[in-house]
Amino acid sequence: MHFGPHLLLAALEGLVTSAVLALTALGLSLVFGVMRIVNVAHGEFFMLGAVLAWAISTAISGHPAIGFVAALVIAPLLVGLVAFLAEWLVLRRLNYNPEGTIVATIGMLYIIQQLALTFYGPEARPVEPPFNYRILLPWFGYSGYKLSVIAASAVLLVITWLVLTRTKIGLIMRATQYDRETAQAFGIPVERVYAGVFAIGAMLAAIAAVLIVPISQAHYLMGQDPLLLSFIVVIIGGLGSLRGTVVAAILIGLSDGIVSVFFSPTLAKIIATLVVAMVLVFRPQGLFGTTPR
Amino acid sequence: MADKNGFFDLSKSTLSRRTALRGIAAGAGLALAPGFVRYSQAQSSAPIKIGFQSHRTGIGAAYGRWYEKTSAAAVKAINDAGGIGGRKVELVIEDDGTDPARGAEVVGKFAKQHKTDIVFGTLFSHVVIGSAPAAGENKIPYFVVSEGHHVASTKLNRYVFQPGITDVKSQIQSMAPWIAANAGKKVTQIFPDFAFGYDHRDYLPAALKAQGAEVIAQIAIPPTESSFTKYFPQIPAETEVIYHVMVGPAVLTFVKELGEFYGSQRPQLFGFIDSLEAVDINSPGLEFLDGSHFWEGSPRYAQPDDSAAQKAYRAAVGIDDNGAAVGDPKDVSTAAHMFGCWETLYVVKKAMEDAGYKGPEDRAKLVEATEALKEFAEGPEHPQGPKTFNGKIHQCFGIQNISKVEGGKLKVVHKTKIEDGLYEPEGDYTTQAL
Amino acid sequence: MKDASPAKTYALHLGVIALLFALNFVLPDYHQGLFARIMALAVFAMGYNLLFGYVGLLSLGHAMFFSAGLYGAGLTVYHLGWGVPEAFVAGVACGALFALAIGLLALRTSGVAFMIVTMMFAQVFYLLILYFAAWTGGDQGLVIQQSSRIITIGGASLDLTNPTVRYMSALALFSVVLLITLAVVRSRFGRVLVAIRENEERTKMLGYDTVANKLAAVIASGAICAASGAAYALLFGYIGSSFASVQYSILPLLWVLLGGAATILGPLIGTLFMYYVTDITSGFTSAYLLIVGVALILLVLFFPKGVLGSVRQRWLGWLP
Repeated sequence: MHFGPHLLLAALEGLVTSAVLALTALGLSLVFGVMRIVNVAHGEFFMLGAVLAWAISTAISGHPAIGFVAALVIAPLLVGLVAFLAEWLVLRRLNYNPEGTIVATIGMLYIIQQLALTFYGPEARPVEPPFNYRILLPWFGYSGYKLSVIAASAVLLVITWLVLTRTKIGLIMRATQYDRETAQAFGIPVERVYAGVFAIGAMLAAIAAVLIVPISQAHYLMGQDPLLLSFIVVIIGGLGSLRGTVVAAILIGLSDGIVSVFFSPTLAKIIATLVVAMVLVFRPQGLFGTTPR
Repeated sequence: MADKNGFFDLSKSTLSRRTALRGIAAGAGLALAPGFVRYSQAQSSAPIKIGFQSHRTGIGAAYGRWYEKTSAAAVKAINDAGGIGGRKVELVIEDDGTDPARGAEVVGKFAKQHKTDIVFGTLFSHVVIGSAPAAGENKIPYFVVSEGHHVASTKLNRYVFQPGITDVKSQIQSMAPWIAANAGKKVTQIFPDFAFGYDHRDYLPAALKAQGAEVIAQIAIPPTESSFTKYFPQIPAETEVIYHVMVGPAVLTFVKELGEFYGSQRPQLFGFIDSLEAVDINSPGLEFLDGSHFWEGSPRYAQPDDSAAQKAYRAAVGIDDNGAAVGDPKDVSTAAHMFGCWETLYVVKKAMEDAGYKGPEDRAKLVEATEALKEFAEGPEHPQGPKTFNGKIHQCFGIQNISKVEGGKLKVVHKTKIEDGLYEPEGDYTTQAL
Repeated sequence: MKDASPAKTYALHLGVIALLFALNFVLPDYHQGLFARIMALAVFAMGYNLLFGYVGLLSLGHAMFFSAGLYGAGLTVYHLGWGVPEAFVAGVACGALFALAIGLLALRTSGVAFMIVTMMFAQVFYLLILYFAAWTGGDQGLVIQQSSRIITIGGASLDLTNPTVRYMSALALFSVVLLITLAVVRSRFGRVLVAIRENEERTKMLGYDTVANKLAAVIASGAICAASGAAYALLFGYIGSSFASVQYSILPLLWVLLGGAATILGPLIGTLFMYYVTDITSGFTSAYLLIVGVALILLVLFFPKGVLGSVRQRWLGWLP
């Protein structure tokens, strides 16, 4: 294949990765930014979303689109509930101590993984996409569903941005993020905000997982890579910057795809990782972050 | 062992029983029938304990479950027929988390805490290689069912054996003539960028060249990759055959994306079923594979010409004609590999009986008895087919199946010969001290 | 950490070493082997603790230092046929060199950026191991043959595959590192490190070169972790890429947090705890990860500063 189409294909693939990564990382960024805790179990919420999507879509008969839409609504709600309970039962009692929450969320990671293994099993299982449409380009065919994932993710990101910047909930969240003590003094129920943020963060990961699961199957160990990549995206983008998170997700998604056009894949990953690490070394506050107060 | 002295007489009587058994087995393949042959004195001695290193968690979990089922079925069959040397067999299972470090600990646990007679059952290569030193140091025979080339490479040690499944180097070599003659001469390889893939990367080109075909491109895909489309443009346009050996949970994605990329205008496809073990071949998105070919160790789907032994084996393990668990058509087995557990346990039985094995003090004798084995005849103990065994490299060599995807099933279209897969030994374990 | 008479402190730690020595003769075979592993890995945790506990730098990349030691020792034995002592030194040197390079770069950052930068460098190292699979054995790894793991000094030879020799070697390494960390922590250097953790700006204003001190701590930490990795390769005979994966960066963090960050014996207790919880629970259920998870959560709820950290806070204020 010629260079141009090859690059186009790599870019399209990169965008799909970016779209899913942006949603997952945004969830982590909210938790990280507002609550100042490292949620190691974030990838497991992602996995849980995918596994529940499989369970829901296989339970519902009829056109695959019905099952998929049901999964897109129900799975994130269930994951949000799980996250809410985890926050309420564990994290709150730890008083959001940064080190304690790392151990606690590692514990959650083990628990969720084992439950998935016990009740869902070790197999990778596919979910049927809501529609199968192969877009025929002059040089190659491409999945129509993948393009719709990019669109859906963009819409969800815009909605999240509107909620954060234009609504009272968003204002409260931003206030809590900016200064917890002052927010409390102004009568903001910080504990409820935290529980909500933790649940929303998990739900965003679950939504991303439901979107990706018709492309890549549900598997009980699928949470690790999204976790690591999300961390990288959040830090590169700059803590608490929604714009930064999205830009970083696109940057990382695209760089991974495009560098692999020029180098052998493992070497490509080495180079891409090194470059991103160097960006961080010389701009530790991230691309859009402000220096910490 | 407490009853060392009383045991001696027992083993004598089992010798004659074994000879009798063999005759029956060869005749009708009926030896598996429960209670067919049972000697009451067999129960009187302590059981032989086999430590089963199982991938219950981690990336190998789908295989681990079926390896356990197959091994349990084999142990039941062996016990129903009188056990090993008249002693019952007992499996002691420990999870290795599909992790080499934990694997080594588990081997230690078997040797020192459970005091099992042998260790058995590992699939994933890195766990085998990680556990091998522990087996050598504890001087406990370690029978793996991994299909990796590691045992035959003679880079491990004298206590590690692979007598139940052919290694991948031999498999590749024996496939090449068929690929060159039937699929095409210009081959592009797509393989995971780690050890399992390297065996294919290193051995296929030479094997194809010997048949007048050639590998025109090799595309390595990193193990962490979850989408593949961006690699497909590297497939040269003149490719006649895509030889794919992707493994892991992302493999369905690989096939689906290949389908989206090519549509109906695709080159021939030849793959290793490792990609789709425990995956229903009729999963959404896999329609693309219709008409393509796969390597299978033992066929997943029941074949019209299945031997009585093969049928009895499938019934004992509990898989239906589609290779799924009886009663749960969605629970697809790892049929192409798990037969190796069954056959390995029968090799262990044979070697232990040959060695007059009484307990851990006889482990060295067991190693030598295993090395002395030459061939295994097809039958209830070896339902996949006949095998030869090279005691110097601790590796067996059997026939391989090439199956075509047809109407949502895998149909065997070619069986290789054992000679197709033989190669020059790379070393000799028997020169190592015991 | 106040008013501990040096005699009392050293007596405690020498007592622990003596206890571990005595255990060699009491423990059943399997546990003797397990303890050897735990002591070797506790060194990894102690190296991690030096940086995380005392300087307050949370790295997610220590798998790199551990595996630098693992490969530094393992590959020199495997490819160059080096003896055990030289290989061990090579491993430690590799770890120290990597720590120097990574320290120079990563210390430009702090906090979460430091976490991520170290994690990414470790990921690069992991991928390099896979990329150079022809030499490293990649994900399958390599076996160091038993015959290469014998130390010959003069006429005497020490076979590291012998359980007692292995136990004593692991104990020796553990004891040396324990006493070194104890000495470091009680030294002027150690106090500067703690001061940096508590308030870096103020320490700087007091005239200390905080960057140089932090770099020294990273190198010391890296070298200790590499010593653990080198010992692991030589004692247990296997090197593989899984030791460089992110899991092995998270494990020492977990062990240290469980045992108690900034305590000398915490890393040992944390490692011991994790190993035995896994080992015991896997004996009666295949869902042992669930129990490990619940145990972690309960532990952190009731011992938020780790086992020893909480003990020190409540009862033994003098514990180092």
